[in-house]
Amino acid sequence: MFEISPTEWTAILLSLRVAIIATLVATPFGIALAWLLARRDFWGKSLLDAFVHLPLVLPPVVTGYLLLLTFGKRGLVGGWLAEHLGIVFAFRWTGAALACGVMSFPLLVRPIRLSIEAIDRRLEQAAETLGAAPWRVFATVTLPLALPGILAGMVLGFAKAIGEFGATITFVSNIPGETQTISSAIYSLIQTPDGDTAAARLVIISVVLAVGALVAAEVFARRATARLHGQ
Amino acid sequence: MLRVDISKQLGEFTLAASFESEGRVTGLFGASGSGKTSLINIIAGLLRPDRGTIVIDGETVDDSAAGIHIPAYRRRIGYVFQDARLFPHLDVGRNLDYGRRMNGLTEDPAQRKRVVDLLDIGSLLDRRPGKLSGGERQRVALGRALLSKPRLLLLDEPLGALDEGRKLEILPYLVRLRDEAGVPMVYVSHDAAELRQLATQIVMLRHGRVTAFGGVKVLTSGA
Repeated sequence: MFEISPTEWTAILLSLRVAIIATLVATPFGIALAWLLARRDFWGKSLLDAFVHLPLVLPPVVTGYLLLLTFGKRGLVGGWLAEHLGIVFAFRWTGAALACGVMSFPLLVRPIRLSIEAIDRRLEQAAETLGAAPWRVFATVTLPLALPGILAGMVLGFAKAIGEFGATITFVSNIPGETQTISSAIYSLIQTPDGDTAAARLVIISVVLAVGALVAAEVFARRATARLHGQ
Repeated sequence: MLRVDISKQLGEFTLAASFESEGRVTGLFGASGSGKTSLINIIAGLLRPDRGTIVIDGETVDDSAAGIHIPAYRRRIGYVFQDARLFPHLDVGRNLDYGRRMNGLTEDPAQRKRVVDLLDIGSLLDRRPGKLSGGERQRVALGRALLSKPRLLLLDEPLGALDEGRKLEILPYLVRLRDEAGVPMVYVSHDAAELRQLATQIVMLRHGRVTAFGGVKVLTSGA
């Protein structure tokens, strides 16, 4: 029962790679966007906010299809990227990472935004009077104080990314070794007559990964919060 | 030293203040709501005046007619807030060094030791602000502002959040600061007794206007 086959290993490692890359690439964008939403007022802000949350409420298959239209080989952005930069998303693991990044983005942004909103802006003013230019205020005060939220967002985003299924399979299909993540491997296995045990193994593994991520988030957040409040 | 001639509309409230000060400690005196904090924030560069000029140490930092508004971080001022505002994620030592680092100043261990000794905060250096008493916090805030080597130190009711006992604990440090640190100060307070001990010059504010200006004796006549 606990003999993990090479195909399953491939799917597990691919899932981890896809989720880690998706989270790492999405985090700087998430921080920038969270800051924008928390701190700035501009025309179209609620529209942008709604757009960010779209993957949360749209059927994943719709998001996947829209990604295919946009980032597919003949898509508006995908075609350009493939031609000029040689970056191809369609039916590649990079596409899976893109789909996971997009799907987990709202979950990543939200805790970061909340933690930035919770920062006492008077501390930033104090930093400014001590000679810190705006970007240094951000780097030395805002960012470290938002760290618990950033970590929470990253772990939540990671957990979502590792379980993503609908958008990924729509966008990049289910190719073993390239785009077959744990979720799509389980999906394939439960459709094959004797795939039950293997599916069960992957189910257990994904539960362990998800719970592990949540525990890690809790521990990180608690440590970071303690650090911030002078313990 | 410090020349202020500004006006600023803040909602229904109009602040229009004009004074020139050469004193070591200029006391900004007035009841709450008289515009003291807004005025000191304008001097700090945290608020931009609608009209007028501010000159610190011969440098024009605000001139609405010429479109000059030097942001707070380039004014080389120190600001001690009523609520200390120490950085909770940095220990006391790193709070003290923050201004030096941000201004790209070279380390000056002698100066640091002088300030640390002056304020008696040597035993607190490794602690986090969360573990300090209100009085200790305010002393660290004073040290932090001084160590950024400001040419003007702004203090906005630095004793305002402390109880009587703590006030008496901090006051001697402020007197020492005035006599030994050699940095001109603008000291905001609604407490005439406090200003009598510290200030060398008084600017009296009422409803956003300067109603009296002069030595500490204006405190007895005007208030």
